[in-house]
Amino acid sequence: MTPVLELSQIRKRFGSAEALDGADFILARGEVHGLLGENGAGKSTLMHLAFGLFQPDAGEIKVRDRVVSLRKPADAKRLGIGMVHQHFTSVPALTVEENLWLAAGRHGSAAGTPAGAGMVDTALGRLRRRLWEGLDPAARALDLSVGAKQRLEILQALASDADILLLDEPTAVLAPPEVAELLGLLGEFAAGGGSVVFITHKLDEVFAAVSRVTVLRRGRVTFAGAIDGCTPAGLARAMVGDGAADQLVLLGAPVDTADLTVGPVVGSGGGLEARRGEIVGLAAVEGNGQRELLRALLGPATAFVPEDRTTEGLIGRFSLTENLVLGLSRDPRWVKGPWVDWARASRRMAELLGQFGIRASGPDAPAESLSGGNQQKVVLARALEAKPQLLVAENPTRGLDVHATAFVHDQLRTYARGGGSVVFYSTDLDEVLALANRVVVMVRGVVIPVPAGTSRRSVGAMMLGVNG
Amino acid sequence: MRRLIRSALVPVGGALAGLAILGLGLALLGYDAGAALGALWRGAFGSWYAISSATMVRAIPLMAIGLGLAISFRAGALNIGAEGQFAVGAMAATAVALATGSWPAPVGLIATLAAGVVAGAAWILVPVVLRFRFGVLEVISTLLLNFVAEALVSYAVQGPLQEAKGTYPQSDPIGASVRLALVPGTRLHVGFFAVVALGLVLWVLFRRSGWGFRLKAVGEAPRAAAVAGGIRVERTVAVALLCSGALAGLAGAFEVSGVTYALYQNLSPGYGFTAIAVALIARADPLGVIGAGLAFGALEAGAAGMQRDAGVPAVAVAIVQAVIIIVALLSVRRDSTA
Repeated sequence: MTPVLELSQIRKRFGSAEALDGADFILARGEVHGLLGENGAGKSTLMHLAFGLFQPDAGEIKVRDRVVSLRKPADAKRLGIGMVHQHFTSVPALTVEENLWLAAGRHGSAAGTPAGAGMVDTALGRLRRRLWEGLDPAARALDLSVGAKQRLEILQALASDADILLLDEPTAVLAPPEVAELLGLLGEFAAGGGSVVFITHKLDEVFAAVSRVTVLRRGRVTFAGAIDGCTPAGLARAMVGDGAADQLVLLGAPVDTADLTVGPVVGSGGGLEARRGEIVGLAAVEGNGQRELLRALLGPATAFVPEDRTTEGLIGRFSLTENLVLGLSRDPRWVKGPWVDWARASRRMAELLGQFGIRASGPDAPAESLSGGNQQKVVLARALEAKPQLLVAENPTRGLDVHATAFVHDQLRTYARGGGSVVFYSTDLDEVLALANRVVVMVRGVVIPVPAGTSRRSVGAMMLGVNG
Repeated sequence: MRRLIRSALVPVGGALAGLAILGLGLALLGYDAGAALGALWRGAFGSWYAISSATMVRAIPLMAIGLGLAISFRAGALNIGAEGQFAVGAMAATAVALATGSWPAPVGLIATLAAGVVAGAAWILVPVVLRFRFGVLEVISTLLLNFVAEALVSYAVQGPLQEAKGTYPQSDPIGASVRLALVPGTRLHVGFFAVVALGLVLWVLFRRSGWGFRLKAVGEAPRAAAVAGGIRVERTVAVALLCSGALAGLAGAFEVSGVTYALYQNLSPGYGFTAIAVALIARADPLGVIGAGLAFGALEAGAAGMQRDAGVPAVAVAIVQAVIIIVALLSVRRDSTA
């Protein structure tokens, strides 16, 4: 095994969050290497470090046995590293060929075009030629199908004559036949001496395509080794962890299920319902329809706590009072016909600051002057102030510290005990298990109830669509 | 109060700087700068007649259009087409005024003004539909429709609306019953008071009404307005744009029935564009629009006086306007980065 890319003892911190906590990763020449992990496990961050988008706080990166410092992506490209990101990076208005010239920049030969000199009979040349099949150099990127766009992305990554290819969830947007084709191409590329890192959530793809696999959990490597001998259940366990006592689902108080059901029943395969006094936790891997489901639940008598408080929850330059009125624009206490009684709203906001322990200079403080945790308290206070029957929350504690998280959980439990219903989704499975009375898993748009007493490990497997 | 003074400080400072630069430039070009600036002052403020019949009269379209633009700017939409909406408003008002001149006094006048409002709103309806159906940026579509409006008026005054004699490209004068009343002894028409009253109403609406709040939320953060506020963003923006078109059309109707009494080609000396500066300097605040509208009205009136009495081309005043705008924009940038 000849290592071409080695990351050793990598640490990377974003604000208070430890994205990588001493992770090791070795990519060998001629392999397709699977990189697995839950949302937020650090997979993308690790690859971004290898591509020079960020610099590690500690640790060493070696490319072909030489210690390197990657200050910018151009440094990585010069070393023959190409990356395909989760989102498309081609310029929609430019043609396929123009995008490739742009991607090549000063480094590559820009020889990826059909007429170029890059079509020589090497692994790289063959991969390029195969990717080109069916692509029109003169077509504008915005007119391409999703599959063709993904081919273009890979060609762009190869434009700097890369022989190390980092692919961040390249199959997420592809249809099954396109996935099979792409995996085939990657296998050929590796057989010819190329090296590929392949990030995915889908275990079937891992078993179909990769020769070795590394699993990250919370910034640490929980498994690294050959795919031979691995089982889906074993990988799932490495991804979601076992939990010391193999924690059981069904926490919190039992709920009187005789009460009425609120919210429309949505989704196929069982649907989703929330009873009064119940906190329903939604566990899912990113991109399985959970966000759409949450939004479909919204309606009259529901309140929503969006994940992104700075762009969807609050208006940063508005005062806290204005943000209160924004979310409660029909509240008769301060909305009288066409008029808004700002003094009244401001008094109520001042009371809420006290009740929720929100640190702010006053109700006139702009929302952007508050810390993230305090902003989230404002969003939550406003949602509860609407006295909804159903509260829908999306990652309600994202970016919050331990205290703020506990506070949010307390508030949601208190609200549910008072007869409200909560449906929430969290990318953190532990949070789902800790807060919910009842857990459902969502896989490929289908809601699957999780029976009480199911082990954490089994929930993790269900999220990945694996039985057992 | 302190905030009011501070917000006035920037444009006043800009105006002084602009006047200083204008004086310097005139002196360098060999004009008698003192005489020119004196003529500028007299043209705008030299007498009650200059104030009422030059400054205030010219301020009316700037204020009316500026108030409409303030509504659209507040909602985050950029209407650059007020010049065209003004022109079609004036054209529609002229057509209705000529047809209803024989009707009893208030009816014809009301129909004339309504025609201006409807035409202005209809003219911006095209960009509104283009934006929300096809994603065409309103900045571009409103701007381009100015040229279409100009051509349309040009056609009207040489065709269907041309004077009976058929000599000049202009309409016949409209009847006395469809003209706006004047303040005795001046050329100031009552539209002035209507516009100032509208400014006060908007000021209250912006501060106290749900509509004013929704406009601001949509302009500030459309996503949060939609998700957290449940506001229908597109509808709110569309209504704001229609309001701005309607007010520009009303300004055109005012100009015909209160100042010129006939439709000409190039009826507006660029009111629709100057009003953009007025709304910008006022930071979309209605009282600010009244103030800035009067100030720019004074500059326009003074420019005419300067040309008449000192032989300095009126366009030289554009230097002052430009400096005010630049100073205002710089201060906005400083505020937003602070």
